Amino acid sequence: MAKQLSSKPDAPPDGDAARYAALLGEARELRGVSLWQDAWRRLKRNRAAVYSLYFMALVSLLAVIVPLLPLQSPLDKDLKNRIFLAPNLAPVRLGSRADLRFKDGSLTSELLEFEQQIRDLKQSLKQASESERAAILQELEAKYETDPLAKLWHAPGPIVRFMLRVRVSLFRDWCIPSICGTDSLGRDALSRVCWGARVSLIVGIIATLVSLVIGVSYGAISGYLGGWVDDLMMRIVDVMYSVPFIFIVIFIITILSAEKNKQFLDNLGINQLVIFYILIGAFYWLTMARVVRGQVISLKNEQFVDAARVIGAGRARIIFQHLVPNVMGIVIVYLTLTIPAVMLFEAFLSFLGLGVSPPDVSWGLLVNEGIKVITPVKIYWWLIVFSGSALAMTLFSLNFLGDGLRDALDPRMKNR
Amino acid sequence: MSGFASFALRRAFWIVATLWIVFTLSFILMRLVPGGPFDEERKVPEEIKRNIEARYRLDQPMYVQYGEHLWRLIWHGDFGLSYKLGDYSVNGVIAEGFPVSASLGIFAMVFAITLGTTAGVVSAVRRHSFLDNSLMTTATLGIAVPNFVLASLAIVLFVFTLKLLPAAGWGSLKQLVLPAVCLGAPYAAYIARLTRTGMLEVLGRDFVRTAYAKGLSERRVIVRHALRGALVPVVSYLGPATAGILTGSLVLESIFALPGMGSHFIEAALQRDYTMAMGMVMVYTLLLLVMNTLVDLSYAVLDPRVSIEKL
Repeated sequence: MAKQLSSKPDAPPDGDAARYAALLGEARELRGVSLWQDAWRRLKRNRAAVYSLYFMALVSLLAVIVPLLPLQSPLDKDLKNRIFLAPNLAPVRLGSRADLRFKDGSLTSELLEFEQQIRDLKQSLKQASESERAAILQELEAKYETDPLAKLWHAPGPIVRFMLRVRVSLFRDWCIPSICGTDSLGRDALSRVCWGARVSLIVGIIATLVSLVIGVSYGAISGYLGGWVDDLMMRIVDVMYSVPFIFIVIFIITILSAEKNKQFLDNLGINQLVIFYILIGAFYWLTMARVVRGQVISLKNEQFVDAARVIGAGRARIIFQHLVPNVMGIVIVYLTLTIPAVMLFEAFLSFLGLGVSPPDVSWGLLVNEGIKVITPVKIYWWLIVFSGSALAMTLFSLNFLGDGLRDALDPRMKNR
Repeated sequence: MSGFASFALRRAFWIVATLWIVFTLSFILMRLVPGGPFDEERKVPEEIKRNIEARYRLDQPMYVQYGEHLWRLIWHGDFGLSYKLGDYSVNGVIAEGFPVSASLGIFAMVFAITLGTTAGVVSAVRRHSFLDNSLMTTATLGIAVPNFVLASLAIVLFVFTLKLLPAAGWGSLKQLVLPAVCLGAPYAAYIARLTRTGMLEVLGRDFVRTAYAKGLSERRVIVRHALRGALVPVVSYLGPATAGILTGSLVLESIFALPGMGSHFIEAALQRDYTMAMGMVMVYTLLLLVMNTLVDLSYAVLDPRVSIEKL
């Protein structure tokens, strides 16, 4: 072996050590390219996909930090002065509406006062005797009900509340004017589109994750076990495929939103959004299951599976630790293509009044509100254009990104 | 012909089986709801309620009711009475709505196929031209824009700004144009892309070169020789497209206030009219399955490599 190597004419004459060192140096120069690095390189060359990626990153970031932005309240109605304002630059101050009865007509001062009162009550609670405690606690509870932030934003959770608090201390009462106009109840359209992004994206992502879990497990199990189990499982998928599931989902939503069922589900802590995730997840996994099954079938006779089996790995371990990680590439591609499909479906149902319900907002709901107020007399185009294009552009870039990823992860495209 | 017979038999079996599963599942779901059509906001006195339930056999055990419902459906094709619409049976509503939805769907489908294939062929033949680029950009946009957004914008533009078309209603051809175009547009876009890809692949084949070498005109080569091969992926897309158009018609019928099955279905869902919703689901399932069967059949007709036995 050593002889063959050294028979190269330009091999250094001074023994093996230097030659090995040279070889080692050469090896260091070489960089192994992993599947993901390679895919990333190819994705970067696809301009449309890269722009889509930037756009999606921007939209996601926006959706996360919406409470921090100096936007108007997405909920606060002003039927007297602000109905159907066309896009304009007139300044707006948070909490200035007279009917809110905020101190000085300003959210900042009202909030400061509110927090001062809470602090005072807590202080007196500490000093209070046993007998007074109950009364003070009750007062504190009543005080919490008047939280000015909860008047302008729908049921802020602890994180959102904290972010809103930061926003108030950063920007005080200043907010972006209604550059996208206002709707039929005098709410700011820009703010609603931004808050709608949160719901739309979250629905898209969570429902897709549900479908991911079901689809990957189902497909991997079916493909790995094979035989009659596979036949049966795939027959079920075939039957589900041929059912127009959107109609079934609407039917199920109809039934679950019946008054008594709703109460029952509310008691379990399941609201309409959760039902939504589960239902969509329960129907959108079919393609994923088929794709994963195909991949697993082609992988299950590979040597690494045999090796795992030889050292005594169980079925579950082989499926979920050895096979599933190997199909992740294609799974990610289908994931990026499922998210827009799910978002579209959410928009579709919300548009029909069967999905997200007020006071939550989503893009589908916004388009619906926009189309409801179209009249021959006056066209409020801004209520359709902004929410509609937000939805369309997001779907557009997710589709582009999915296509780009598919090309990038396609092994046939390697080294091109 | 025996191949066709066995194909038809197998398909018929699957259609019936699927319908039965859908029926059973919806029946179970429907009966899981506590309360029936007779307890709503206004309470019916207990005795009257018992009598009515006995009359409609709602007091029977579940499996008896299930059997009776299934029997009525199979034997009389009877979906039962609407829970909410006064004096209407589900069959009556379907009979009224079906022609509307069918004409909308067929119109949209024809529009999608004609526009889609034409645009695709033109794009492929004039590859990388300005026309090709603008057509394909439009197509990509058309796929991404949801049909209800498109419909809203179309209403603003064509109805209220240009005042070319009526906004809503049913009866004249003019009222059908806008909903059908909005319904078909995304599918036209998708078909255009498929046709273009298919054409580009076929145009490079030997038989196309041979056809040109024989001295046939470009028009004849494209229409008679290339197009047939290029349409195979389009035909296989018609199945999903049908499903999409069926679903899309829900939204468009609601927007344009067409008295079709779709708007009745949405109305039923919003009003919790269970029998109506269930009947509609069954009809839509049947439609979809039949359409898919037809699509598979045309696949076999168009592509000589596909044999009907294997479908």
